[in-house]
Amino acid sequence: MARQPGHSIVARFSIEAVRCIDAAGRAVGPLPGFAADKRELAALYRGMVLTRTFDQKAVALQRTGQLGTYASSLGQEAVAVGLASAMRPEDVLLPSFREHGAQLWRGVAAEELFRYWGGDERGSDFAAARADWPVSIPVASHVPHAVGVAWALQLGGAPRVAVCVLGDAATSKGDFYEALNLAGAWALPVVFLVCNNRWGISVPVERQTAAGTLAQKALAAGIEGIQVDGNDVVAVREVVAGALDKARRGGGATLVEALTYRLGDHTTADDASRYRDSAEVSARWHEEPVARLRAFLTAQGLWSKDEEEALLGECHAAIEAAAEAYRATPPAPPTAIFDSLFATLPAALEAQRREVARRGGD
Amino acid sequence: MSQPVETTYRECVKQAIREAMIRDQRVFLMGEDVGHYGGCYAVSKGLLAEFGEERIRDTPLSENAFTGIGIGAALGGLRPIVEIMTVNFSFLALDQIINNAATLLHMSGGAFNVPLVIRMATGAGRQLAAQHSHSMEGWYAHIPGLKVLTPATLEDARGMLWTALEDPDPVLIFEHVMLYNRSGTLAADAGPVDIAKAAVRREGSDVSLLTYGGALYKTLEAADKLAEEGIAAEVVDLRVLRPLDTATIVASVARTRRAVVIDEGWRSGGVSAEIAARIMEQAFWELDAPVERVCGLEVPIPYAAHLEQAALPQVEGIVAAARRSLGR
Repeated sequence: MARQPGHSIVARFSIEAVRCIDAAGRAVGPLPGFAADKRELAALYRGMVLTRTFDQKAVALQRTGQLGTYASSLGQEAVAVGLASAMRPEDVLLPSFREHGAQLWRGVAAEELFRYWGGDERGSDFAAARADWPVSIPVASHVPHAVGVAWALQLGGAPRVAVCVLGDAATSKGDFYEALNLAGAWALPVVFLVCNNRWGISVPVERQTAAGTLAQKALAAGIEGIQVDGNDVVAVREVVAGALDKARRGGGATLVEALTYRLGDHTTADDASRYRDSAEVSARWHEEPVARLRAFLTAQGLWSKDEEEALLGECHAAIEAAAEAYRATPPAPPTAIFDSLFATLPAALEAQRREVARRGGD
Repeated sequence: MSQPVETTYRECVKQAIREAMIRDQRVFLMGEDVGHYGGCYAVSKGLLAEFGEERIRDTPLSENAFTGIGIGAALGGLRPIVEIMTVNFSFLALDQIINNAATLLHMSGGAFNVPLVIRMATGAGRQLAAQHSHSMEGWYAHIPGLKVLTPATLEDARGMLWTALEDPDPVLIFEHVMLYNRSGTLAADAGPVDIAKAAVRREGSDVSLLTYGGALYKTLEAADKLAEEGIAAEVVDLRVLRPLDTATIVASVARTRRAVVIDEGWRSGGVSAEIAARIMEQAFWELDAPVERVCGLEVPIPYAAHLEQAALPQVEGIVAAARRSLGR
């Protein structure tokens, strides 16, 4: 078979990678408009610091037997905060299990998150952000949900967008590919934010796929794929804002691959030192997002030691208060296990509920 | 009540979908070949022309995704009817059905009901062989958080969908492939029916024949044969496998003191085992004989017609089981 130049090639692609502020906290080019406003940058910084404070407290609670297995987002704060800051309140977030920063930004209370991670599902019945989905513990099974939400939003006619956050490991799953394909075929308003933290528990991304980027997985589905420095909150916000804007204008779906790094264990049930070189982790600490933005702000003369101390104190107080409120919440009665099974409990299950009540429920 | 009209099971399902779509703009139908092709069993023929591609939506071969999309759309405010071509394809969507649709209300602390209806064809008898002839409805009935309907009559084919769409929780409807061509009469204005209770399709005092779905008609035929021998069999159509209407089952058995469960599904761990267990638990002292079971043989359903029929419950087997329970 002879290859005919110009005929044998039917597609070429490139993946754009976006960064605004480098690891040392220096702008690498002109910054997006919002970055000219100190209040905007300070809000992003606060969001990340609050997230890190929440993570630290959650891990501490778990280590002292006061919380269940917990997935820390240490090192990935810029992904969650960057994407949430780009969203409108009326958009719909479908998170995986490491986007506490996005949930907090969108109005989910830290107390609710503690309650959820403490094993009390009432924590996912958010007082605010009512349309946002609870954490998806199953990997990638929420990607089709996001496409369904996007379809409902499209039919609803308002310029709203579904934002689905998934990890690198989720991009090996069939649900991911199937959902991506349909989002492309139906030109739906959805943004898939792939948070590539380089590790699927113990398997590095290089051993998950031969694809050079995860963003390029979008191309086979006919949708745009783009990479962003996931430790650069300004870049994440800018790239996600662009994808959201495109979706609102009827331009369809986008896959954003945010390159970040999981500085902590997979969860509190994991010990990453068994499979991951500590030298690799140490090197990655030089790229982490909170210090990066602080370095930028400080260099620009936008951030003082006093402001830093005030912020740390404020975040610490807020998270401590939330933890205290969580600890003070009375546990659900045993009969509550039937409360969220059906809208109305079928008569056939009444006997089981009575049995639980008899054993010491309410 | 209006004049009865001649119709078929297929037409009843179709009119149920059609009516739901006219009544409620949030309702749509989604699945493989439901649009231009008109559905694998021709249920949705003509609906695309009437409602357009936005509401009669052909999907790619992605059961896991389009079932999940149905969940997402339901939570987004729509009222999806997801058609899974046949029950075996639903295996590809198990994670969505069992691990998502059935758990989201729990996982969201009570915030997210999932008003999703999934229809699928079930059962054997059309020579579709081992991988397209399963009866898995009893297996889905194992799952908390789901409702499992098995319409056998024209009235239920027409009326269950309506009620299912109004239910705030996920409902699975299993349409037996041998029922689509079944014809009969039905009131032209037949409306919604309950999705909670079993129904006595034939009254009798000597033995209770408990069944559902495609096996109902074989069971009614068996009851006719038994009547010729002077045995008055009562036929109970379970209609709903989850939640199971134990009260109607127990009341019937208390009257007849004998029970035969007829289930095309596999015997071990199946719905027939559950019914037998409930009778043991709640009507043991009413029984004059052990509960009998007539089930599908525990083999992959064969392709060849004579082998396929050999694997399924038949009228003679039901009659024989009823006789045994009466000591004849």
